[in-house]
Amino acid sequence: MAAPLTSLEPVFPVLRAFVSTIVPEATILDEERWVELRRLIDLALRDRPASLRRRVRLALHFIQWLPLLRYARPFTALDPARRARFLSFLENSPLQTVRSGFFGLRTLALLGYYGQPQAAAEIGYAATARGWDALR
Amino acid sequence: MNTRSYDIVIIGSGAGGGAVAQELSSLCREAGLRIAVLEKGPKLRDEEFTGGELEMSRAIYEDGGGFLTADGAMTLAFGSAYGGSTVVYTGTSLLPPPRVIEHWNVPGLAHEEITRRAQKFIQQNNVHLLEEPLINDNNRLFVEGCRKLGWRAEQFPVNVKGCRGSSLCNLGCPNQAKQGTNRVQLPRAEQNGVEVVTRCEVLRIAGKSVVARVTEKSADGKGEPSSWPSGDHRINAKAIVLSAGAIHSPALLLRSGFERALPRLGHGFTSHPAFILVAEHPRPITNFVGHPKSFYLDQFAASDRFILETCMYFPFVTAKSLAGFGPEHSSFLRAFPRLQMILVLACDHIDEHNRVTIDSAGRPVVHYRCTPQVAQSLVSGAVASAKIFFAAGASRVHLPVAPSPTLTAADAARLDALAADCRFVPGKTAVSAAHLQGGCGMGRSPQDSVTDSRGRVHGHPGLFVADASLFPNSVEINPYLTIMALADRVAETIREEWQALQ
Ligand SMILES: Cc1cc2nc3c(=O)[nH]c(=O)nc-3n(C[C@H](O)[C@H](O)[C@H](O)COP(=O)(O)OP(=O)(O)OC[C@H]3O[C@@H](n4cnc5c(N)ncnc54)[C@H](O)[C@@H]3O)c2cc1C
Ligand code: SF4
Repeated sequence: MAAPLTSLEPVFPVLRAFVSTIVPEATILDEERWVELRRLIDLALRDRPASLRRRVRLALHFIQWLPLLRYARPFTALDPARRARFLSFLENSPLQTVRSGFFGLRTLALLGYYGQPQAAAEIGYAATARGWDALR
Repeated sequence: MNTRSYDIVIIGSGAGGGAVAQELSSLCREAGLRIAVLEKGPKLRDEEFTGGELEMSRAIYEDGGGFLTADGAMTLAFGSAYGGSTVVYTGTSLLPPPRVIEHWNVPGLAHEEITRRAQKFIQQNNVHLLEEPLINDNNRLFVEGCRKLGWRAEQFPVNVKGCRGSSLCNLGCPNQAKQGTNRVQLPRAEQNGVEVVTRCEVLRIAGKSVVARVTEKSADGKGEPSSWPSGDHRINAKAIVLSAGAIHSPALLLRSGFERALPRLGHGFTSHPAFILVAEHPRPITNFVGHPKSFYLDQFAASDRFILETCMYFPFVTAKSLAGFGPEHSSFLRAFPRLQMILVLACDHIDEHNRVTIDSAGRPVVHYRCTPQVAQSLVSGAVASAKIFFAAGASRVHLPVAPSPTLTAADAARLDALAADCRFVPGKTAVSAAHLQGGCGMGRSPQDSVTDSRGRVHGHPGLFVADASLFPNSVEINPYLTIMALADRVAETIREEWQALQ
């Protein structure tokens, strides 16, 4: 398996906590699957403008530190229920920029998780080129 | 910079570019003309179509399928490959209703002509209704749900040959069964002598020439290398046909400085914004086996401005389309073998806000805002879909516009009441679009349009547009046949005027 790229390296602990809140099953992924998850997210960002990668990093910093105001703890130090409540607050923000930012990060998390063939298999998705023949 | 000369250069190889290339290709044989198609995407070998969701999306979609509107609220899906978006389309082959073409009100363009011209492509692409045994449960349940509600689902004619039912159409058919321009029109054009140059992005148009950049294949990328050396090329041509699609055609003209002479450039962009909806059935159904899109319901198109279509997507796209996150979100994904899916398409109309511009680097920026009417169409379509799901026997429905998205059978009876509380919230509710149209609309003069009714760019002899950007308003139905019919008309114009163009 290819080594992870590095654009999200500094914010990886926040990303990990974020992904695990979006997809609770991610908490039981082994290290190899986390490496793959990061690789997929990095690949998705690789060919996009550098400004987008900067925005993603910035959004993750925002997620890490904003809970200080409400819970006196950073995101990674919150329990799962509080993490979910905080993300729900972003998802339902009256500001479209905040909602869209959250939606973008949520998309990356889902891409990293469900974009893995193993995850697809785990949820019972098994499309193949053989189509109907695979059922016979 | 390398300099090359051709008689005709076609920019883009999708539905429009592929059709023009085929229609003009006999000129290579008959009159010795040199014609090149310049395509920025790669040409994949048959065995490279693996059906892997992320792998294929990265290889054949612009931005891996994740191109966003300026406000980040809508994802626009379009292909970038030999064959353009026809490599990833589902191949449903419909003609627009007469009322739409009447409403377009383009001088000299009649519905009858579009129908007539489309017939050629209907035959070439083997358009037909799938045989009954090839229809899967996902599609049957849609028909059954509609029937129980007294609604009439129609069967889509599709353009497949030897379809094995892999349901992977939107990732590029791994069985070469779907008849896109990559399978039909481009190979024919090449046989007749047209050169198709891939990985070749046109940067700008300058008078009777274009400047293009050929890029090398990346080490981990798919597809064949370009037939031209990497680097910048100037290509002189007597006629230039712009078929780069509804986002890149206006963007290319904008960065080439045409805006002053053509104030409508980039305006009139429409896209059929869409929701992907899912419902869970108590038992497994055939969904990711079988052709994904065999039926539709258009009886609400004129009154409520939405169309429903069957569909089947892949794990990541499905996950992204559901609202929310956490255990409830996961529980729908974990029911994948029991999921039924419906696509709601809003028939949007042109709106002054919605248009294509470029950023300081010349890249396209799409400004799109769902008008209150579009938001209402999406909500009405979503509620109608929920009725179909429950009528077909679903145990749970995910309705992203509902105050709490998971509905159970107990909610089925109160859907009309619930509709009043349903909201489309931009930036929260996932909305995407794949029918991108307008931006170089046809019309009468530069004051109301970019081209005339035959795709000639106003005031620029020898420069033509032949793709979805020509649409002066939404076509309100799956667009590819209409695009090909219009491209055919543009090609005919070039043939007729060739002497004068030299
Ligand atoms: C997932 C999906 C499913 C669809 N399903 C259906 C369906 O079932 N039925 C239907 O009718 N329609 C469908 N469509 C829509 C249909 O595919 C498009 O409307 C149609 O292909 C658009 O044709 P076009 O010629 O305008 O552009 P495209 O087909 O998108 O082709 C444009 C081409 O130009 C190239 N290009 C862009 N800029 C440059 C440049 N600067 N230099 C060189 N090349 C450039 C691009 O790489 C691309 O290959 C679907 C679309 C998608 C994305
Ligand atoms: S369903 Fe048919 S046309 Fe679509 S990808 Fe599979 S074999 Fe190809």
